[in-house]
Amino acid sequence: MERMLSLIAGMSILLMGLVLFNIRRAHIRVEYSVSWLGAAFVLLLLSQWEWGLMSFAQLIGLNDPPVVLLLIIGAVFLMVFFRFSVVISDLKDANIALTQKVAVLEYQLNRLHEKPQATDNER
Amino acid sequence: MIQPRGDNSLMILIPAFNEEGAVGSVIREIRSHHPDLPILVVDDCSADGTRSIAKRAGADVLSVPYHLGLGGCVQVGYRLAYDLGFEFVIRLDGDGQHDPRYITLLLGTLKSSGAQMVIGSRYIDGTGEHTSRARGIGILFFRWFLGLILAKKVHDPTSGYVGVNRQALEVFARSFPLEYPEIEALVVLKRLLFRFEEVPVKMRPRMAGKSTITAMRSFYYVAHVLLGVLVNILKYQGGRKT
Ligand SMILES: Nc1nc2c(ncn2[C@@H]2O[C@H](COP(=O)(O)OP(=O)(O)OP(=O)(O)O)[C@@H](O)[C@H]2O)c(=O)[nH]1
Ligand SMILES: [Mg+2]
Repeated sequence: MERMLSLIAGMSILLMGLVLFNIRRAHIRVEYSVSWLGAAFVLLLLSQWEWGLMSFAQLIGLNDPPVVLLLIIGAVFLMVFFRFSVVISDLKDANIALTQKVAVLEYQLNRLHEKPQATDNER
Repeated sequence: MIQPRGDNSLMILIPAFNEEGAVGSVIREIRSHHPDLPILVVDDCSADGTRSIAKRAGADVLSVPYHLGLGGCVQVGYRLAYDLGFEFVIRLDGDGQHDPRYITLLLGTLKSSGAQMVIGSRYIDGTGEHTSRARGIGILFFRWFLGLILAKKVHDPTSGYVGVNRQALEVFARSFPLEYPEIEALVVLKRLLFRFEEVPVKMRPRMAGKSTITAMRSFYYVAHVLLGVLVNILKYQGGRKT
């Protein structure tokens, strides 16, 4: 169990490092990195805080803390993924609205260009 | 360039995706019945000659910068028609399945009934020829299902031959389902206490090109539309009447 907990701790630290590195490189925006940093922090905390993990395991009636930790990992990442689905949906909506606006603008711009020509021909 | 003329201005809206084989003759056929009718083709980033063929046939073409899907294209067409001040819009397919002869009937019904939406239905007089079997089953299911929700029978809930008046235009310009929009649009109408009418039309086989509705997609279609309808009912019961 000890080994597994250290492994998880190591992975959380790695995850934090990865996220911070990517923020610095501007590959990920600060507001979207918060979910990952938060998730990594929770995992690190739980893997090191044995008493907390034990009591939580007892609370939900499982006396196998590593399994509980895995469960928690699953739940935390599900939450992060769900949040990103919401973000993606927002982005998609915004993107569609923008696309439609651009299409209409382009159409009307072409109209403006074509109108003077039409009058030229009439003359 | 399209422009509403007179009080009862009508615009024809044709969403098209890779329809170079059919869209030109669809436009010319409409023109042969109604020489002055403004026709807007919304081209969804077709990879073929749809855009230039539609232009050459005399339609206005609105092109979206990336592939939006049917609903997004119909919506932007409605948006433009609304902004330009059109009173009525009739949407028909770019694949030649919808006979432009019925435009007069749809428009007449929009005006005389005062309904916000008129559907050209292939099942009132006919039996729905030129419709695939999977689709036929889907239509049967949704006819029953929508009967429960709308408290009125819809013969052909998936028809894309649809006319709307300015009231519906305003609503759909603001929000319109992105994928498989026809059925959800009906539920939205119901939520707003709008009315729809159906008129019998005969559908023809598509002239050229491929249908986008394959058997594989049918299942996804049903699940997607059911969810969309459910979401719309939930909104309704939340008391939001926009
Ligand atoms: N803008 C846009 N139009 C589309 C898209 N897919 C289909 N269409 C258009 O919508 C109309 C109907 O498409 P079809 O594939 O024929 O669908 P259908 O008529 O409901 O199905 P069938 O009865 O099998 O022909 C045609 O004018 C197509 O060009 C799309 O992704 N974007
Ligand atoms: Mg078709």
